[in-house]
Amino acid sequence: MPQPPTHSSSLDMAQPEPIDLSSGKYVKLWQGPQHPGITGNMSLELTLCGDEIVECKTHVGYLHRGFEKFMERRTYIQNFTVVCRIAVPEPTFNEYLYSAAIEELAGIEVPERANWLRALNLEMMRLASFLMWTGGMSGAFGLYTVPNWTLTYRDYILDLFEELTGARIYHMYIVPGGVRNVLPDGWKARALEILKGTEKMMREVDRVMMNNAVFKARSKGLGLIPPDMVDPYGIVGPNARAAGFKRDLRKDEPYLVYDQLDFEVVTATASDAYERAWVRQQEIFQCINLIRQMLERMPDSGPFQAQMPNVLHWKIPPGETYLKAECTRGEYGYYVVTDGSEYVRRVHVRGPSYTHAIAVMERLAVGTNIADIAGLMVSLHTYPPEIER
Amino acid sequence: MNSMLERLSKEFRVTDITERHPGLTTLTADKDVAETLLRELRDREGYTHLNFMTAIDYIERGVFTLVYMLHNYATKSTLSVHVNIDRVNAEMTSIHTLWAQAWTYQRELRELWGINFPGSPRVEEDFCLEGWEEIPPMRREFDTVEYCERTFTSREGRGTVNPREHMAEIIFPNRGGDK
Repeated sequence: MPQPPTHSSSLDMAQPEPIDLSSGKYVKLWQGPQHPGITGNMSLELTLCGDEIVECKTHVGYLHRGFEKFMERRTYIQNFTVVCRIAVPEPTFNEYLYSAAIEELAGIEVPERANWLRALNLEMMRLASFLMWTGGMSGAFGLYTVPNWTLTYRDYILDLFEELTGARIYHMYIVPGGVRNVLPDGWKARALEILKGTEKMMREVDRVMMNNAVFKARSKGLGLIPPDMVDPYGIVGPNARAAGFKRDLRKDEPYLVYDQLDFEVVTATASDAYERAWVRQQEIFQCINLIRQMLERMPDSGPFQAQMPNVLHWKIPPGETYLKAECTRGEYGYYVVTDGSEYVRRVHVRGPSYTHAIAVMERLAVGTNIADIAGLMVSLHTYPPEIER
Repeated sequence: MNSMLERLSKEFRVTDITERHPGLTTLTADKDVAETLLRELRDREGYTHLNFMTAIDYIERGVFTLVYMLHNYATKSTLSVHVNIDRVNAEMTSIHTLWAQAWTYQRELRELWGINFPGSPRVEEDFCLEGWEEIPPMRREFDTVEYCERTFTSREGRGTVNPREHMAEIIFPNRGGDK
């Protein structure tokens, strides 16, 4: 059997020798784009020798709508309908970072209560996104009970979002100057009840998925990320934490109210698909804990929206900034450049999937069995829209 | 931080050093020293993380500004290194040997801005466009409305309004919109 192309070091970017498809030893196979959910809307062009992958190329563009270009031709406030669509299962981080960036450039101070409500919103979004991911991860390894449980509880969280913001997916709740409204009467009690149920369900998931012999056998050792690969490839979030890197923007460079919350960064060392799943499971429990802390400690009164100029004629002074937040996949960032006009000069959205789904995925896939490629993809937790903004 | 910036301004002639907010500094470097500067920042100053690289089209000045955003995990500081290059025959040294993820950004910059990075792996492959024959779409002179009107046919019943005027009329109906 021919040996798969190897990389002698993390920075060995020499492209492998071309594969002779006419030799009859290889098969070309496309994985995706067929699933409109977690890892879908992108495809992997795989070259197989037997059932082993010898080459992988990621193809994106199936969702390309030119978000960044759109934003250059729309006023600051109009862009709110655009930004939330850049990471479909996790739109809130886009709303927050875009708002925070233009608030910084426009010199707008956000009330303290709005910061608590923003952080609460971000953690609820993280929980919903992790629950969706957990379902995808177990489904990729053939455990179809878990997705039914986790997606049910994700739906309960979307119910809370609907009650709070009026929308289930694209909330547009975090707006420049603060948030749109405060918690409805009785919302806290309903949220606490759902958190209790989610926590109980996740303990079941721990037994059914994380302690499942098949899941363990298939995910342990899969998609190993060596520590020396983390910085050259720009690996962040749970993928880096599972490789032993204690990095979390909420702790390292606290924003909103994270410096007032009590939590520890979860890390692991094995750095394979199982360990990445374990880190995310722990972060789900951590997330539930953070939401409880916020519900207990957030102020119940005070302004939640700063005085704003007429946003229909809003001009922002020239400047540039880069703001980032820790989303479920790691560092999510907005680079915004303004030129004093009513339109943003340039927006660049930095999503963790950009490197996780392309450079990292293409390298980790080599040598993997075709049956495990879906599990590997999900274990990196990628969202294609943030690649082809 | 300050001593590092002083050294960089002497050794690499970096200019326009500006602190945007605590932890974020921008500076401008010449094209011919940019790769050496980035290597220096990575190997000697601890800026091991390439957050991203992108471009800004300053069509009025005839330049693209390439932006390399670097982060130092130890000092928690971010440096935004700007490099101006000509818009005509735009070309820049590849940094794929410094960061293994850089070739993806360079492939995107070639497709969407028309900036070439000779030697960058797979730089000529399509990124998110397929069979694109227009000017690179992220250039400022690419008119998305004109392109859509020329390329797609409009469907009956899908009339549109100017969003700003429409919203002004909803919010300020008694003033005939907030003109």
